[in-house]
Amino acid sequence: MRHPRGAAKLNPLHYELSHLESLEAESVYIFREVAAELEHPVLLFSGGKDSIVLLRLAEKAFRPARFPFPIMHVDTGHNFPEVIEFRDRLIERLGERLIVASVQDSIDKGRVVEERGPRASRNRLQTTTLLDAIAEHGFDAAFGGARRDEERARAKERMFSFRDDFGQWDPKRQRPELWSLYNGRIRRGEHVRVFPISNWTELDVWQYIVAERLAVPSIYLAHPRRVFQRDGMLYAHSPYVELIEGEVPFEASVRYRTVGDMTCTGAVRSGAATLEQVVSEIASTRITERGETRADDRVTEAAMEDRKREGYF
Amino acid sequence: MPGPASNGHAIPRARTSELLRFATAGSVDDGKSTLIGRLLHDSKAIFDDQLEQVAQTSERRGDGYLNLALLTDGLRAEREQGITIDVAYRYFQTRRRKFIIADTPGHEQYTRNMVTGASTADLSVVLVDARKGVSEQTRRHAYIASLLRIPHLVVCVNKMDLVGYDEAAFDAIVEELTDWTARLDIPDITFIPISALRGDNVVDRSESMAWYGGAPLLYHLEHVVIAPDRNLAEIRFPVQWVIRPIGDEYHDYRAYAGQVAGGVLRPGSEVLVLPSGLRTRIAALESFAEEIDTAFPTMSVTVRLADELDISRGDMLVEPDDPPCAARELDAMICWMSDQPLAPGRRYAIKHTTRTARAIVDELEHRVDVNALGHEPADRLALNEIGRVRLRCSAPLMVDRYRRNRTTGSFILIDEASNDTVGAGMVVGAR
Repeated sequence: MRHPRGAAKLNPLHYELSHLESLEAESVYIFREVAAELEHPVLLFSGGKDSIVLLRLAEKAFRPARFPFPIMHVDTGHNFPEVIEFRDRLIERLGERLIVASVQDSIDKGRVVEERGPRASRNRLQTTTLLDAIAEHGFDAAFGGARRDEERARAKERMFSFRDDFGQWDPKRQRPELWSLYNGRIRRGEHVRVFPISNWTELDVWQYIVAERLAVPSIYLAHPRRVFQRDGMLYAHSPYVELIEGEVPFEASVRYRTVGDMTCTGAVRSGAATLEQVVSEIASTRITERGETRADDRVTEAAMEDRKREGYF
Repeated sequence: MPGPASNGHAIPRARTSELLRFATAGSVDDGKSTLIGRLLHDSKAIFDDQLEQVAQTSERRGDGYLNLALLTDGLRAEREQGITIDVAYRYFQTRRRKFIIADTPGHEQYTRNMVTGASTADLSVVLVDARKGVSEQTRRHAYIASLLRIPHLVVCVNKMDLVGYDEAAFDAIVEELTDWTARLDIPDITFIPISALRGDNVVDRSESMAWYGGAPLLYHLEHVVIAPDRNLAEIRFPVQWVIRPIGDEYHDYRAYAGQVAGGVLRPGSEVLVLPSGLRTRIAALESFAEEIDTAFPTMSVTVRLADELDISRGDMLVEPDDPPCAARELDAMICWMSDQPLAPGRRYAIKHTTRTARAIVDELEHRVDVNALGHEPADRLALNEIGRVRLRCSAPLMVDRYRRNRTTGSFILIDEASNDTVGAGMVVGAR
């Protein structure tokens, strides 16, 4: 066997990738695979850190051309205003197309019924809005920012996760994923959720945001806010959450670790005013992001698994 | 644009943290979940709320101890039945490395899951129960690790506490498995006596086994050298996507995007385009619209060429002096993953790098008897069986033998009626 000019002498240690570079290369590959193999993809954007990273990876996959898909935000109407402003600025900078699917519209059309009471949330209603929008636009693939380190059910989900006509996930009927050979074939009416950052951890996401100097919504950094305590978490005092007797709002320095809407996302006490300080706090935390700040995962031990089966993100 | 002269030598890159992907496999009761729980726990990858959940569930089930196995049981059915259903991925890091574990269950669907987990692994960890010794499943694990060409195999002889930390018990297993694996092609094999339950030789060196001179498992995982395992000699760049921006400033811009599957690409490198057979030069390498001076596995980059050629997804840029075989007929080892058996005459879609074609099974040459490492004649391959087949393809595929390149030597078979991925293939020969 012949060897090309001097190739046998290459020192492999000079051709190594850092873990972030490896993860990035894998994610960019997945974006391009989906663009090539499916007809109508869409990128689901929440305004949170994971979907901010998704957008940067999409830039790496397709620039200097435009993205071969639109971006869609499922807006519960209860989002932090800082996040909506951030979203609009970012979309403008990217010059890409944004679709907003509104939970309020789903309520107005009678597709879903608003929950009532102090613990009401539109979190679960989003699933209907999302599935309706996917059907309306004829999307056959939806990129999401879910990570396998987030939660035990997600640890078993594939990069390409198939949904039937009803948007349901069947954990026992997942296709094997071998090497980097993804099989995106679907039937009419089905769609595939694709999670390009499945293998990233929360810390990887933050390290990447710092390395790439990505802008994030201001609520990720410590800021003074009126909050109240419920179930061991700090909630923003907002028009969307009714107080229960005995709950008294007070001001604290907080930041958000995840961005859901105001009804289900808790803040953590923090003085971390820069991204570097946030990374160092995340690196030393002893509690998971979902355990610390997400009411939606606390309902039952299998809360995420149940919502995923129904077609949640 | 940097010219070839400035790229005559590689620039050493400062690297802080590498990624190691490893697969774990074990039988039902040999303590694999406990070992992973122990690694995560002792490397402090477990958060307090996860530990609290495990403590509560252990208490409710009456386990009588903090059952670390519960950390990895993801789905409700698994928690209820105490079994693991599917491949799960776990993440932890130390100061030296980031780790991705593909955790594969040991009971049903066993070959299918292990092959899936093994396909992307740099290293495989196999557990053996010190009391029971080498089992059928241990041999199967070692065989699959060698078939999938995972370069490093670590055999953890577990439950050493239950054999009184006896050196002779460990040595007997080492000897038996060393004899057996001599018939396989495994470049690097390491044996470590451990107790996952008690933490001996997992993260910290065991005080109960002073006779063991090697490193604990975590130290081994942090230090095993994986950089030379890739093929840096022969350029292999499957074209995944063509980038053609709209707008006057990019009037003549055309770039080929993909993930490097082999070799080191540089501006100025000569490449052969397959299947057309045309030759050209790399004009520029880009990542995120910025020029870079080298690209190597597994970077995702874009390549601009010196000549305007008709190139599309599924084509491959390769080393002109050492190209892959543009083949319509493949000899391959197949792991079968479907309830519907593979049989001669059946047709499937075949996906190889970024190219998809159709393939007919011309011949099933033999089935592998994993225990005896022998071949037996067969007229079909059932779920979880492994065999050697001859395939005929509707279009040429640019293949290397799997032992030379794990990316350009592998493919999947897809059932076009169900859309399921039904087979995993590794090329052993091509025409």
